[in-house]
Amino acid sequence: MIQFNEEAMRQYQAILKRYPEKRPALIPVLILAQKEFGWISQEVAEYVGSLMGYPASDVLSVATFYTMLRKKPVGKYHMEICRNVSCWLMGTYPCVDEIKRRLGVEAEEITEDGKFSWNLTECLGSCGTAPAMQVGDRYYENLTPESVGEIIEKLAND
Amino acid sequence: MIKTLLMNIDEPDQVEIGRVRERGGYAALEKALRMEPAALIEEVKASGLRGRGGAGFPTGMKWSFVPKNSDKPTYLLCNADESEPGTFKDRKLMECDPHLLIEGMAIACYALDCHLSYIYLRGEFEFIAHTLQKALDEAYEAGILGPSVCGRDYALDIYLHLGQGAYICGEETSLIESLEGNRGYPRIKPPFPATHGFLASPTVVNNVETLCALPWIIANGSAAYAAMGTEKSKGTKLFSVSGHVAKPGVYEVEMGYPLMDFINNESGGVPNGRKLKAVIPGGSSVPVLRAEECEGVLLDYESLLKAGSMLGSGGMIVFDETVRMPEALSVIADFYAHESCGQCTPCREGTGWAAKILRNLIAGKGKRPDIDLLLKIADMMEGKTICPLADADVMPIRSFITKFRSEFEELCSN
Ligand SMILES: Cc1cc2nc3c(=O)[nH]c(=O)nc-3n(C[C@H](O)[C@H](O)[C@H](O)COP(=O)(O)O)c2cc1C
Ligand code: SF4
Ligand code: FES
Repeated sequence: MIQFNEEAMRQYQAILKRYPEKRPALIPVLILAQKEFGWISQEVAEYVGSLMGYPASDVLSVATFYTMLRKKPVGKYHMEICRNVSCWLMGTYPCVDEIKRRLGVEAEEITEDGKFSWNLTECLGSCGTAPAMQVGDRYYENLTPESVGEIIEKLAND
Repeated sequence: MIKTLLMNIDEPDQVEIGRVRERGGYAALEKALRMEPAALIEEVKASGLRGRGGAGFPTGMKWSFVPKNSDKPTYLLCNADESEPGTFKDRKLMECDPHLLIEGMAIACYALDCHLSYIYLRGEFEFIAHTLQKALDEAYEAGILGPSVCGRDYALDIYLHLGQGAYICGEETSLIESLEGNRGYPRIKPPFPATHGFLASPTVVNNVETLCALPWIIANGSAAYAAMGTEKSKGTKLFSVSGHVAKPGVYEVEMGYPLMDFINNESGGVPNGRKLKAVIPGGSSVPVLRAEECEGVLLDYESLLKAGSMLGSGGMIVFDETVRMPEALSVIADFYAHESCGQCTPCREGTGWAAKILRNLIAGKGKRPDIDLLLKIADMMEGKTICPLADADVMPIRSFITKFRSEFEELCSN
């Protein structure tokens, strides 16, 4: 059975303290759980639910509303590239082609070594430095097919 | 031109509190703390400041709807969900001058007698969360936040709360639902957040830029702020400009600044010797303007409305002559179909079908009646839903089709 380690447990307690009631802590706790366990599986939902006193179905009904809470595993580096207006104008799709060519997988598939996956996403609030892409807690901006290739190479050697 | 928001942006180390205090940061908060909360609300009313999140509702008036002497606590929620396509102005403020936002929030909280406040930050901006958290930690350490704000008998806690990738959570009642730990379904109004908001308590939701305008207003007085801008659009406003311009970015201008000057000067004009084709002045939810329609238009709420569009969030997207408008509309329609929360049938079905019909048109598989069908779908969505997301899809659909109809017809087989 999965459970938070000591450090995650300490963070869990700190999250609860930030809210006047328990329920508003649910999504922050799910974010923490995703950091610990990778994605929100049935098992993770059951664990978070048991910890906070909610049925797993309730936890999952919330989690599935939010695209950043993942319903299935992703690669170590999950590249989310913006497909919205400004990025589309500045050339998202040539970059997407390069990602596909380099990784050899379609959207939401994971490369064999488990390192990469990718998907299209909506406006990242980076329209002035378009096209833009998010990988974990980092943004990559002013992308070109060349720079996307370099980013993949760098991450592959990480 | 006077700057009330980006005044410190070019100074180094605006994220470090020592530097911030040296340049007079938090002096407006200290001044506000010496005033009566009621007088503070009057001051903000007199400034004419209107909400910068998109709706343009007068900020002081919104605050005055919060009941006095409620037995429940009052909450201020900072809307930092910034997800309207074309908009990246709040990000600039938070990245470059996080203490300005904290100061603005503290002023608003004091005016509203609020002791617990949250910044609802879109989850993709996790890298900004690091900057904001550092600034919050510094503010606590300096005694600006915590049990005794600037040494006064007034306690205030501000916490960060991350969203998780849902555009709809920028709508204020959806934001509240989401903060409460639920799916971000917008609520039917009334009751309004001012009386029944977060945890059924009085709540004010304000945009980042709105809150960042407060320190200047308090420091310089409402009259100085109201002296800028037009009759009904006071002060200065940030515009984020992207697309086909030489210098995309975030610029602060006085309300009433000419749109074409903004495109040609601040934004550096349309590059590569190409001609301007169209402008979306306020984020993807507002009607598009043809190049000819931009002539003489001023950047303020009333002028843009008169021109048939809206100021919205100030997220300006510029199209040059190479842009195929049906494709651009399809990109926009896909966005609203993806982001509809699904509660209202007209929105869930309407955004979905509009997106499908447009994809079909672009693929060359459309027929002429599809164009009128799109307009009919727009009619069926407009004004019939819980929140304005459906209307936000109606405006681009209707304006793109009526203003660039021949481009849509060219795609049809009969
Ligand atoms: C679909 C939708 C999305 C919205 N997104 C945002 C947003 O990302 N940021 C924001 O400040 N306001 C957004 N708003 C407006 C908010 O509902 C609300 O009017 C605003 O936060 C109030 O703050 P203000 O009065 O300071 O502008 C959105 C509204 C709708 C209908
Ligand atoms: S209009 Fe759309 S987004 Fe808004 S509440 Fe209804 S279904 Fe949800
Ligand atoms: S359109 Fe891509 S970041 Fe806004």
